[in-house]
Amino acid sequence: MSAVLDPHGHATDDHAHDHRPQGWRRWLFATNHKDIGTMYLWFSFSMLLLGGVLALGIRAELFQPGLQVVQPELFNQLTTMHGLIMVFGAIMPAFVGFANWMIPLQIGAPDMAFARMNNLSFWLVIPAALLLMASFFVPGGATAAGWTLYAPLSIQMGLGMDLAIFAIHILGASSIMGSINIVTTILNMRAPKMTLMKMPLFVWTWLITAYLLIAVMPVLAGAITMVLTDRHFGTSFFNAAGGGDPVMYQHIFWFFGHPEVYIMILPAFGIISEIIPTFTRKRLFGYSSMVYATASIAVLSFVVWAHHMFTTGMPLTGQLFYMYATMLIAVPTGVKIFNWLATMWRGSMTFETPMLFSIGFIVVFTIGGLTGIILSVAPLDIQLHDTYYVVAHFHYVLVAGSLFALFAGVYYWLPKWTGNMYSEFLGKTHFWLSMIFFNITFFPMHFLGLAGMPRRYADYPMQFADFNMVASIGAFGFGFAQLVFLYCVIKCINGGEKVGPDPWNAKEGNDGVSLEWTIPSPAPFHTFETPPANEFPDR
Amino acid sequence: MKTVFSSLFFKILKNSFEFFSKVFGVLVSSVYFASAFSNDLTTKYNLREPASLMAEDLHVAHWVLMGICLVIFVIVFGFMFYSIYAHRKSKGVKPADFHESTTIEIAWTAIPLLIVIGIGVYATPLVMAQKDTTNADITIKVTGYQWKWGYEYLRGEGEGIKFYQTLVTPYEQRINTAPKTKDYLIQVDNALVVPVDKKIRMVITANDVIHAWSIPAMGVKQDAIPGFVRDSWFKANKMGTFTGQCSELCGKDHAFMPISLKVVSAEEYSDWVADQTQTNSTSNLQENNLINEVVSIASTSHEQEGGL
Repeated sequence: MSAVLDPHGHATDDHAHDHRPQGWRRWLFATNHKDIGTMYLWFSFSMLLLGGVLALGIRAELFQPGLQVVQPELFNQLTTMHGLIMVFGAIMPAFVGFANWMIPLQIGAPDMAFARMNNLSFWLVIPAALLLMASFFVPGGATAAGWTLYAPLSIQMGLGMDLAIFAIHILGASSIMGSINIVTTILNMRAPKMTLMKMPLFVWTWLITAYLLIAVMPVLAGAITMVLTDRHFGTSFFNAAGGGDPVMYQHIFWFFGHPEVYIMILPAFGIISEIIPTFTRKRLFGYSSMVYATASIAVLSFVVWAHHMFTTGMPLTGQLFYMYATMLIAVPTGVKIFNWLATMWRGSMTFETPMLFSIGFIVVFTIGGLTGIILSVAPLDIQLHDTYYVVAHFHYVLVAGSLFALFAGVYYWLPKWTGNMYSEFLGKTHFWLSMIFFNITFFPMHFLGLAGMPRRYADYPMQFADFNMVASIGAFGFGFAQLVFLYCVIKCINGGEKVGPDPWNAKEGNDGVSLEWTIPSPAPFHTFETPPANEFPDR
Repeated sequence: MKTVFSSLFFKILKNSFEFFSKVFGVLVSSVYFASAFSNDLTTKYNLREPASLMAEDLHVAHWVLMGICLVIFVIVFGFMFYSIYAHRKSKGVKPADFHESTTIEIAWTAIPLLIVIGIGVYATPLVMAQKDTTNADITIKVTGYQWKWGYEYLRGEGEGIKFYQTLVTPYEQRINTAPKTKDYLIQVDNALVVPVDKKIRMVITANDVIHAWSIPAMGVKQDAIPGFVRDSWFKANKMGTFTGQCSELCGKDHAFMPISLKVVSAEEYSDWVADQTQTNSTSNLQENNLINEVVSIASTSHEQEGGL
């Protein structure tokens, strides 16, 4: 080959099979896991901003006692839709986006197993999101029954409730399809020499999460379908006058709801387990115990649901069982934290943005875990149930847990996705602003809850005024900090220092097991069209 | 030079010791002498001042658990922050080459397990005490409505008294056209009145959607479920007015249906009962029959509810 022809030769090599449609067709008809992953991530980020705006509406109203910004009717819609949008629109699709992008790259598969179903999974979430948003503009407004949609309050709601039910059904179908795709991909399309116990931990956590999703999404669908038929078709599943039971709704909902909590945190554990070894330049400590811990958390998540319902008044034996089972979850969760710390111990650490977010995750998530232990004690839970203590607790595990892990993952893999290094200054600014404002927002809520301020309150007695004001200030700070993130990501996509296949030198900490760092950055449109023959070390 | 440093060090040590003993003193006093600082209207930082043995136990339990959690937090993150401080690439540290140890994995599975077993053993009697609604002196039925509370004295002294409890904070205060009073949003027309040192069993239900009846100072919170009765109990050991708020989302005025409980001496209670019975003398036989019927349902509900 002559030197003149060479570049052309490379160009045709790289793009020989690159028959991607251009323009809108590329996205609407997307079957490429990377394109679909990108769409999931952008979708979830826009939902994060939307849900965040609703949260700021809540915090603006609660800035001072009295009704200033919104009326109680709208306030309840804001709390409800904030929860629904963040859980089903932001956190879950974001992890699916990561799964789409990274699972094929990490296991050496050319794409997801069912590429067209993957397209459908994504394009279903758009109408669902539109339905949720549209519900604000129908007579009676959006559903205001809380994200848990407890009957009989949800039976009283207007048309917005039906739209929400429809939206959740669609999202559930999308999740189930996505999960089947993920399970099939992981079980069938791994690199030939990658046995299950040699998979990256992110893949492991998603495998377990996908099973959880397949198990519980139909349960949620059942619960909301019963609400729908109670509302319109004369059934009385949740109406005592017709032989039903309102508490049954809560049992069904939380049988979904508690595994759902782990659906939102297990992939986060996976991301953190990828990042910590890279930036400590040391292999993950206790790989197999991490896998077992993840599996134990998943199994336990099916037998603790009624700890959300201690105040409904269950029999003594029920309270004791759910209390003990809930406490047990602390054990495998603790094992994960200890393994991360042991990975860091005597490593050679540097503190780039992904590592900062991971360390922030461990610290703040652990605070949420410890308040979880306090809440697991049934009599204390009864005292703190439905107060801001619980709000603080689950934002510590969901925002500082799931969301921080998502940010860590974005910064970690952004060079792989775009081929450009992001601005470390902007990333670190984003981290510190998020970390500080997060704690200003949510730490005072522990005090509010202890002092007895109930959640989902549009207005509150005078003693809660100070901490609510602090929390509101923090919330606006946290909200605006996310614009730094948006700017940083857009700037990175548009250019920046070009990076090689392994910008973090991840192989050093992972013994060469991370296949995603063996391909060029940005990742070519098609990767691993022939299965990689890499050997993987025993973990 | 050395002496300067050592005296400085000593000073820091002494000051921090004083600081911690002060903080600890505040903590201890806030548990045992809280009445001097706080009541239901001003509590900001901790659980409300207990007014029953149950609430006192919960208060102590919370401190015990907070202590355990703080110790765990300090130990675990002591290790982490030391590691962050010492094991940096910028300090030229070469990464160690260990990545598993079955012994240590077993240790850090077993130790947390023992801790949670300890917590479980400690908490079990509390759960049992909280569920024991037997041998009540007075039984009162509470009904949650959108958006107010209804009370009916079913058994014991005061039997037959019934009234509603609604928020009376003027609407002008809520929309900021009048200055807010100290008891903003917890001012009600009729407080629930009970005698001190008597076991009160609350039979709780609702009329429309789920509400939750709660008095934090008594350590009581129980969902009010339409069509079902659940029960709970408390035994106040302090006199005074105690407040609570509806604790389960029940619609637009969820925040505007407070609970107010007045604990009085036995004599005052008898006077109050006499007063109420006079005004309630219109109640007829038919209503009494209805009350008896509810009593029989309510008193058997506890045993019947085998299912969760």
